[in-house]
Amino acid sequence: MQHSKTQDTLVGLFVATGIAALFYMALQISNLGSYSSDDTYTVIANFQNSGGLKIKSPVSIAGVRIGRVSSITLDKETHESVVEMQIESKYNNLPDDSGASIYTAGLLGEQYISIDPGPGISGDFLKNKSKIDNVSSAIILEEMIGKFMLNKAEGK
Amino acid sequence: MFEFLENLGKATRSNFAKLGRSTLFLGHTLSGISDVIPRPNLLIKQIYSVGVLSFLIITISGLFVGMVLGLQGFYTLSDFGAEESLGVMVAASLVRELGPVVSALLFAGRAGSALTAEIGLMKATEQLSGMEMMAVDPVKRIISPRFLAGFISTPLLAALFSAVGVIGGHLVGVGMLGVDDGAFWAQMQANIDFQQDIINGVIKSIVFGFVVSWIALFEGYDAIPTAEGVSRATTRTVVNSAFSILGLDFILTALMFGDM
Repeated sequence: MQHSKTQDTLVGLFVATGIAALFYMALQISNLGSYSSDDTYTVIANFQNSGGLKIKSPVSIAGVRIGRVSSITLDKETHESVVEMQIESKYNNLPDDSGASIYTAGLLGEQYISIDPGPGISGDFLKNKSKIDNVSSAIILEEMIGKFMLNKAEGK
Repeated sequence: MFEFLENLGKATRSNFAKLGRSTLFLGHTLSGISDVIPRPNLLIKQIYSVGVLSFLIITISGLFVGMVLGLQGFYTLSDFGAEESLGVMVAASLVRELGPVVSALLFAGRAGSALTAEIGLMKATEQLSGMEMMAVDPVKRIISPRFLAGFISTPLLAALFSAVGVIGGHLVGVGMLGVDDGAFWAQMQANIDFQQDIINGVIKSIVFGFVVSWIALFEGYDAIPTAEGVSRATTRTVVNSAFSILGLDFILTALMFGDM
């Protein structure tokens, strides 16, 4: 069995480039670079209508992403949408009277939850399994257009 | 009428027989892999001929596919003022579909056909029976290292294809057409999920590598040992590989992204 050194080197180079390409994809192309799966805590909010919100939709304050939606279920008694979100532990100073609203990024963009920090009257912060009471639902474009049309028709 | 039924029956029987032979062959090949591990030289030689020699065609095709995606995507997206999404479009189509599929098709054409011709010719010149005469198992000595090499090389080639393609898309989108550099990468990173997109792409390419290597080696091993038989086997390798890759791609995509 003859043993060629250049061949070994080329094969090594090939495997190394292939693995480098995989790492490149993981870090440069995907969200792995900015991924922080470490410590999160869960916050719950009940919405009348969670619209087009999806699991993994972003949760943000002032445009900065602080977490993601982890589950959306229906409350069988109140028929409200129960949205659980994972918020990164380093943002543990959100006043417990903060509000949550569902907004749309751009006119046709995806929906996300925006948290509006409250005045913090009680001095307590949101903790694991806390519930946000001050919520405003998703704005459904069709519903708004429908209402607008109806108002116009009635006003005439 | 009876003749038709007879032919139909014959075709069914021979197809099932072939399926059975190929499954036995696969089992034999897989069991031979344990004998390859202590002799890495056999494997390195095959990775060289299967992987390293496909390197150039994969990178050049990847670059051009990425550049074309950048160009076409830009013209369509700019109608909606959404040029910033070019990065997502290029990366998602490459990582999810084009990377694994096109690199597997190229691999079948570049390396698969060569494998079939090589094995078929070995069979035609009775090298395989010669080995058996010397009590060397030809499947373990010849087939298994090639199979393992194909199996290892395809995911690497697909990853290269996608990575080079994204760079090609970046060259055209940002370099030529003036999409914002930051938006290109930021949108891409925000929308391409590691688990959902990249891992699934790699799984796809592993499946394709497995199937293409299997088809190529089996067709060679099962070829009629004449010049015409080998040429037919080579054609069948390319045709069957292409069908299997595209069909499996649909099934895998439906399984992976179906619930979205």
